[in-house]
Amino acid sequence: MSVTVEHLVIAPILLPLVTAALMVPLPERMRTLKAAIALISTLGTIAIAFTLLGIADAQAPDGGSAVSVYQLGNWPAPFGIVLVVDRLSALMLALTGVVVLAGLMFSIARWHSAGSYFHALVQFMLAGLNGVFLTGDLFNLFVFFEVLLAASYGLALHGSGVLRVKAGLHYIAINLAASSLFLIGVSLIYGATGTLNMADLAARIPAVPESERMLLEAGAAILGVAFLIKAGMWPLCFWLPATYSVVAPPVAAMFAIMTKVGIYAILRLWLLLFGAGAGASAAFGHEWLLIGGIATVIFGSVGLLASQDLARLASYSVLVSSGTLLAVITVGNAGVTGGALFYLVISTLALAAFFLLIEVIERGRIAGADLIAVTLEAFGDGEENEIEPVGIAFPATMAILGIGFAICALLLAGLPPLSGFIAKFLMLTALFQLPDLSADATPWVLMALLLVSGLAVLFALMRAGIRVFWVPVESNVPTVRFLEVLPIVGLLALCVVLTIKAEPAARFMQATAHDLHAPETYIKGVLSAPRVERPLEGSP
Amino acid sequence: MEIILALSIGALTSSGIWLLLRSRTYQVLIGLSLLSYAVNLFIFSMGRVQSAAPPLLKPGVPADLAHYADPVPQALVLTAIVITFAMTALFLVVLLAARGLTRTDHVDGRRSGT
Repeated sequence: MSVTVEHLVIAPILLPLVTAALMVPLPERMRTLKAAIALISTLGTIAIAFTLLGIADAQAPDGGSAVSVYQLGNWPAPFGIVLVVDRLSALMLALTGVVVLAGLMFSIARWHSAGSYFHALVQFMLAGLNGVFLTGDLFNLFVFFEVLLAASYGLALHGSGVLRVKAGLHYIAINLAASSLFLIGVSLIYGATGTLNMADLAARIPAVPESERMLLEAGAAILGVAFLIKAGMWPLCFWLPATYSVVAPPVAAMFAIMTKVGIYAILRLWLLLFGAGAGASAAFGHEWLLIGGIATVIFGSVGLLASQDLARLASYSVLVSSGTLLAVITVGNAGVTGGALFYLVISTLALAAFFLLIEVIERGRIAGADLIAVTLEAFGDGEENEIEPVGIAFPATMAILGIGFAICALLLAGLPPLSGFIAKFLMLTALFQLPDLSADATPWVLMALLLVSGLAVLFALMRAGIRVFWVPVESNVPTVRFLEVLPIVGLLALCVVLTIKAEPAARFMQATAHDLHAPETYIKGVLSAPRVERPLEGSP
Repeated sequence: MEIILALSIGALTSSGIWLLLRSRTYQVLIGLSLLSYAVNLFIFSMGRVQSAAPPLLKPGVPADLAHYADPVPQALVLTAIVITFAMTALFLVVLLAARGLTRTDHVDGRRSGT
């Protein structure tokens, strides 16, 4: 590996971090400059992420996996902190970059002037997110979690106002408590195994003595609770709809990736530490994830059906997507996990687009439609006769928004012909192909869950769509800037591209899932990575 | 020494959680602080409790954990202290903002019953 490529691994953390640090002293009136710098930095991060994606995918043409390891301070793996890029990390990096870019572009039209330090905070969050996805060390994971959370606190409060400050207060308190749990979990695991490196941990867990095993599992469970609070698993998700529905819309779009951080951590650690090779601890906690995931989907679906407000609707969709992922990854089958990864990507992109879309739609609705919603709540569904006959001339903006809304609904509900369907189809096919299908009820429950939750999402979004786009007699056409439509269209176009290019995308997801279910290569890659031998005076 | 350490961690945690569940923002803040002290002590104790054992290697003493304190949890505690301190300060700011905006120090921005 050449020197440039080697250092590329740390670039997704350094670039946003340095950019953010540079932007802090710039005064607020130089907002345009800040926005330009932020855009360049984010675009750069995306370019790096996609390069890493190419490297991670191309290194092993024979279907095996290869990991690029970056040793900070040139200390080899169990002693120093390592950054690791494999397919999953690279995929998450790329996804993060795209979502953050969309939120950023949307914010430039209007929202970034609603408070101070918006762009610096976004870059700090991007650095934290990238760090979480790259790190191969448990405590370093905590540090990056805190970096991204600290930035997210600031972003959650962006725009201020009573509602945001109230929701922000709860959000911070819950995440601080979760951080305490994170630390307790990490230290218990360290106490039981004597290591914090994820790969080293995975190698040591089968040999942990019986007396220490309880301690280890308790630590892992507490750590899991901390991740599940982030991922929004029921009953730890009570804060999520309240927070996500009041934060500034571009921030909410960026937060669409935040729940996926929890999912990523669970996916990475549980398949690495408690996979088939973990000896007595194999599949530890899987039944909890399964039950919790199912409960989350049910809670999210009921919440969806009960929501009148569009932002709450989107928040509950986040929960449905989280729950589906949590429940499905416990099956422990590479095919199912591959489909789940596809679903993760699609649902994140669609949710981000949905949060942005809602803001634009709400802008046009503020005058009269809220009144209708209130009437609806108070008097039931009583205004059907107000619906105009078919054939109202839709203004172009409304047409674009309506099509966007429909695409979002199709993606989130997982209906053909778009990629949401392909993701669900991949999961369902893999579930059908499980060997012990007749003996075990779990796959059937999961299949039912996937289909019924899709139906709930479809119902809820269709109802909302009818109310927003068809019912208003005099629709105020929202004034929308090009910069605001562009990220929405871009995100949805990406989902459409993933539909057309579904075959290579699905192949990549399957390869990623295969890597995750065979962690030996990851462990060996991290632990046997050689130190960089270089003359001392030659190094910068 | 173990029993004293365990008791103090327990006392800090329980009072921290009790305060965390109270309805006033300042109590929540203090609760979070106490909880973080408990967590810091807990991390420290996970390196095994030893007295008069330095975390640095000394010549002539065999290099195993029977003669030294584990330096890793100590380093972790330092990081955790810094992060928690920053977060507490941030929470304090939000607390004051909420106090100013809602004119009450109730966590929900309104007193119960109204």
